[in-house]
Amino acid sequence: MLHEEQTLGKVYDARLMRRLLAYLAPYKMRVVVSFALVLAASALKLVGPILTKIVIDDYIAVGNLSGLNTIAAIYVLALVLQFVVSYFQIYIMNMAGQRVLADMRAEIFSHLQKLQSSFFDRNPVGRLVTRVTTDVDALNELFTSGVVTIFGDIFMLLGIMGVLVYLDFRLALVTFAVLPALFVVTMIFKRRVRIVYRKVRTRVAMLNAFIQENIVGMQVVQLFGQEERKFGQYSELNRQHTEANIESILHYSIFYPVVEVLSAVAIGLIVWYGGGQLLLGTLTLGGLVAFIQYSEKFFRPISDLSEKFNILQGAMASSERIFKLLDTEVEIRTPANIGIIVGPGRDDGSLRFDNVSFAYEGEDWVLKDVDLTVRPGETVAVVGHTGAGKSTLTSLLMRLYDVQKGQVLVGDVDVRDWDLKKLRRQFGMVLQDVHLFSGTIASNIRLGDETISNEAIVEAALVVNLNEWVATLPRGLDEEVAERGASMSAGQKQLVSFARALVHDPKILILDEATSSVDTHTEILVREALERLLENRTSLVIAHRLSTIQRADRIVVLHKGRVREVGTHQELLAERGIYYKLYQLQYKDQEIETPA
Amino acid sequence: MLSKALYWFPQRFAKMSRLFPYIARYPRPMVFGMIALVLTKAASVLTPQVLRLTIDDLTVGVTVQKLAFYASAIIALAVFGGFFRFWMRRLLIGVSRRVEYDLRGDYFEHLQTLSSSFYQRWRTGDLMSRAANDIGAVRMVVGPGIMYPAETLIVLIGALGFMFAISWKLTLIALAVLPLVSYAVKKFGSAIHKRFMAIQEKMSDISALTQENLSGMRVVKAYAQEDHQRRLFAGENEDYFARIMGLVKIAGAFNPLLALLIGIGTALVLWWGGAMVVREEITLGELVAFFAYLNLLSWPMIALGWVVNIYQRGAASMKRLTAVLDEEPVLRDGPERFEAPVSGRIEFRDVSFSYTGNGNGARVLRDIDLVIEPGQTVAFVGRTGSGKSTLTRLVARLYDVTDGAILVDGHDVRRLSLKALRSAVGFVPQESFLFSESVGENIAFGRAEASDNQIAEAAALAGLDGDISDFPESYATMVGERGITLSGGQRQRATIARALLVDPPILILDDVLSAVDTETEERILFQLASVMKSRTTLLVSHRISTVKGADQICVLDEGQIVERGTHEHLIEQEGLYASLHEKQLLEEELDRI
Repeated sequence: MLHEEQTLGKVYDARLMRRLLAYLAPYKMRVVVSFALVLAASALKLVGPILTKIVIDDYIAVGNLSGLNTIAAIYVLALVLQFVVSYFQIYIMNMAGQRVLADMRAEIFSHLQKLQSSFFDRNPVGRLVTRVTTDVDALNELFTSGVVTIFGDIFMLLGIMGVLVYLDFRLALVTFAVLPALFVVTMIFKRRVRIVYRKVRTRVAMLNAFIQENIVGMQVVQLFGQEERKFGQYSELNRQHTEANIESILHYSIFYPVVEVLSAVAIGLIVWYGGGQLLLGTLTLGGLVAFIQYSEKFFRPISDLSEKFNILQGAMASSERIFKLLDTEVEIRTPANIGIIVGPGRDDGSLRFDNVSFAYEGEDWVLKDVDLTVRPGETVAVVGHTGAGKSTLTSLLMRLYDVQKGQVLVGDVDVRDWDLKKLRRQFGMVLQDVHLFSGTIASNIRLGDETISNEAIVEAALVVNLNEWVATLPRGLDEEVAERGASMSAGQKQLVSFARALVHDPKILILDEATSSVDTHTEILVREALERLLENRTSLVIAHRLSTIQRADRIVVLHKGRVREVGTHQELLAERGIYYKLYQLQYKDQEIETPA
Repeated sequence: MLSKALYWFPQRFAKMSRLFPYIARYPRPMVFGMIALVLTKAASVLTPQVLRLTIDDLTVGVTVQKLAFYASAIIALAVFGGFFRFWMRRLLIGVSRRVEYDLRGDYFEHLQTLSSSFYQRWRTGDLMSRAANDIGAVRMVVGPGIMYPAETLIVLIGALGFMFAISWKLTLIALAVLPLVSYAVKKFGSAIHKRFMAIQEKMSDISALTQENLSGMRVVKAYAQEDHQRRLFAGENEDYFARIMGLVKIAGAFNPLLALLIGIGTALVLWWGGAMVVREEITLGELVAFFAYLNLLSWPMIALGWVVNIYQRGAASMKRLTAVLDEEPVLRDGPERFEAPVSGRIEFRDVSFSYTGNGNGARVLRDIDLVIEPGQTVAFVGRTGSGKSTLTRLVARLYDVTDGAILVDGHDVRRLSLKALRSAVGFVPQESFLFSESVGENIAFGRAEASDNQIAEAAALAGLDGDISDFPESYATMVGERGITLSGGQRQRATIARALLVDPPILILDDVLSAVDTETEERILFQLASVMKSRTTLLVSHRISTVKGADQICVLDEGQIVERGTHEHLIEQEGLYASLHEKQLLEEELDRI
């Protein structure tokens, strides 16, 4: 599970970067304004040394104190301006960047809503949640500070160079003598760090995979008394990981001092050559001081470059995973030429499987040549041993998967020709394993359909025998469902899902009866509720209760993916075939246990 | 502000006293790193003094040679400082990496001592994130978390010393903004923290919503709830956006404000100091040096916020690590060893068990009394949840009994050394877990020194040799994500081979052939017959056909042994076993249709 999380993304990938930046397009204005502000802020940062020069040359040198106040005031003004500009720059860039992150989260979530069930069979929920949360978060700095500040830094470097050239052309050139060296050092550093960074990432991945595997298999390790051997292997990986990190410390430990020395060389050159110029009278003292102050400002952004580099690397790895998810194709969708189908009278609630074969994977057929018709208003019970393909039938009706052979027809129209939403709205589904959302009992019955009135919910709760339990709750139907129903009994959860199906008043009811046993009293409540739920609608029931089977109009026996027997309870018993055996295996006991 | 900073970091650090012994293991790099830190900062603090001399000499006139000397001095100081800066980083950050190594080692080693009940309570993902993220966050406290505040302190002492020497008045003026800085850091710090927490909260809401949505995808699709879910998500997402902008609104001002306050300090120095130069109270060189010192001080101030963050994260992470490290191993190692060789006699004396361990939880086993003689094969059958697997787990002491005792060769398993007990018991669990190693290595898991022949023999006994010869690289074929995916049946047989290779006097097979068909199961069991004859075997199965030949069959129901005896005996009784048997026959019949 871990290996996808740890994929070693490229350090920089132009294609990914372009795609990422495209997300900024809707907020072009904000980016442009922020960009302009960053330039202004960089320019304002250049003011200080110039003012120092003026103070030294024009006031201190001539002993003029009166103008000093004005200069100090201008300096403070520039600082305040710089504060205001920087603040708005940060705010506006975040207005764009955070917006992009919100858009991405929404896009990923929205895309997940469209993806087919087979996708969710392959991808564990936890991993997908990470895409929406952690992976998007890793892009934070890239969008909110990374892109713009890099340009701001570059602009400031250029600005400083410009001012230096303006102050003293020749001294500027002498000072720039360190630049080629600086460039080379930075390039070497970048390359080294990139290599070592890859090494660190690979080893972190190996280390984490090892821990993961050992946590899962800890019981085996302990049973075989292999703790020491495994710890030895772990220590080796741990050591390699530490070594790679220590190697990266080495590069940083060299890079920072070298930049510092180069910066000192620049200042030394200014002192030596600039001092000479000053003695010759071509440079003022203030000019010299300004030169020194600028060169101090010059080297900081370069040291920061390495930090920016890390931001970029993190962003690349995450965006690769995000885009991979977004690029997963939606296989089950409403067909384009929807106009011609599903007129009135088509949603009469009839169901038909026409020679259907289906496999989740390859040639592993779960259903084979299934023919089955359910007439409007009919209740059909599907029975069969574990793995007979019962649940698959219901998934195909709702088009959670597409069949490989044959046709599934609802209202005489192939499900693949239906508008997906309209198709699914005809169904009410009650699953064995009731999924409750956080919220109240009422909101779990309503499920976001605002057209359902409170009265309808109260009514439904009454019909499905939920009222007895609800009456004991302090807030009734408005009671919060804690931890997705952890405190509710299986029977209570079932009744809630019955009410849910009932208020949506579906044409067709699909019911996968729960096998979990409930106490006799609840059993009676559930049975009654079920009775009412099945009234007046087409129903396909995967039955586990004898009472449900006996009540069905027809029983379909599914065995090893094929429909083997069809008939009523009595007819099938008389046949002494598969149903007879199933009856003895699964239902016979209920006859004794269940009250009349 | 100063005193507060000096006090804040040590105080936070003291809260992580758990870390001290780790750091104390590296006294030399720590001490030498600190010395290097002092020396490199000394060089930084001295450089403005050279500038002062240069400017002062320039105002009165100077030779080019002297200028060259000053220039060389500046470079020499940088080289000196750079040399020690190199060692400072290497040593101090290096210590943090070593501490990280030790922490990782201890964390893993501790996990190895914890028993199954621990792994039932903790999720793998949670334990993983502590290893992957929290150890790193604690490392930051030991590395940058020590280095940066120490740097700040040294620069502060040095720079302030020289500044006071130049002019105490100008120093006080320059520092006039400090109370404001302190105030801003404090105010912003708590406001940012509060908003940050609110954002974290919202993120976990988003995460929970997504989790809930994805795990309920069938219901979402069946009730066409996609749009509603999208709206719910959008609501949380927009709320998150609003909260984060709320944070940006204040946090965005933090760094610019610090820059402003520090800048105002510089402007004050320019204004007042300029006048002092004119009044000849200080020299121009001293003023320039003053600026240089202010510049030297500005960065540590700005970095302070970052370091505070490191400490906050580190403390939270340390707490999360401690929660695991403080978990006591429930299974205490006993002092006794077997007087070799182990005969394999097992006795259950009035054993009761509940997974919560305190007797309050539901009893999974109740009043089990059973003696298994050496060499016997005893089978356990019963419905799902009847407690048959749990019973065998107690023999391998994956859990301790709640009441009663289990004796192996007359020793209470709790009095035995875990190692001795487990090397006597070959336990094949239901979940067939294999490591991402080769098939051969997996089979030799419990006996790394086994020869290829022995491995092949064990594989043959488990009925896996045929499959393995079909694998691309035979026994060297990798299993898992980096190799081939084994079928459920192959995995199960591999785990059986793994247990057989150790040749334990007691063998426990916990429903280990569920993933193969009845025929294959019978074939493998037939092969295993010789193995089972020579040792005590506990056999759990959901198939009656598997257990027919056992010396004794125990039928469990709701945690109690309700029937016991041989197959024939139990069939005659017409009890639970007989009805299970009947159903099994029906299922087999169904299967054949």
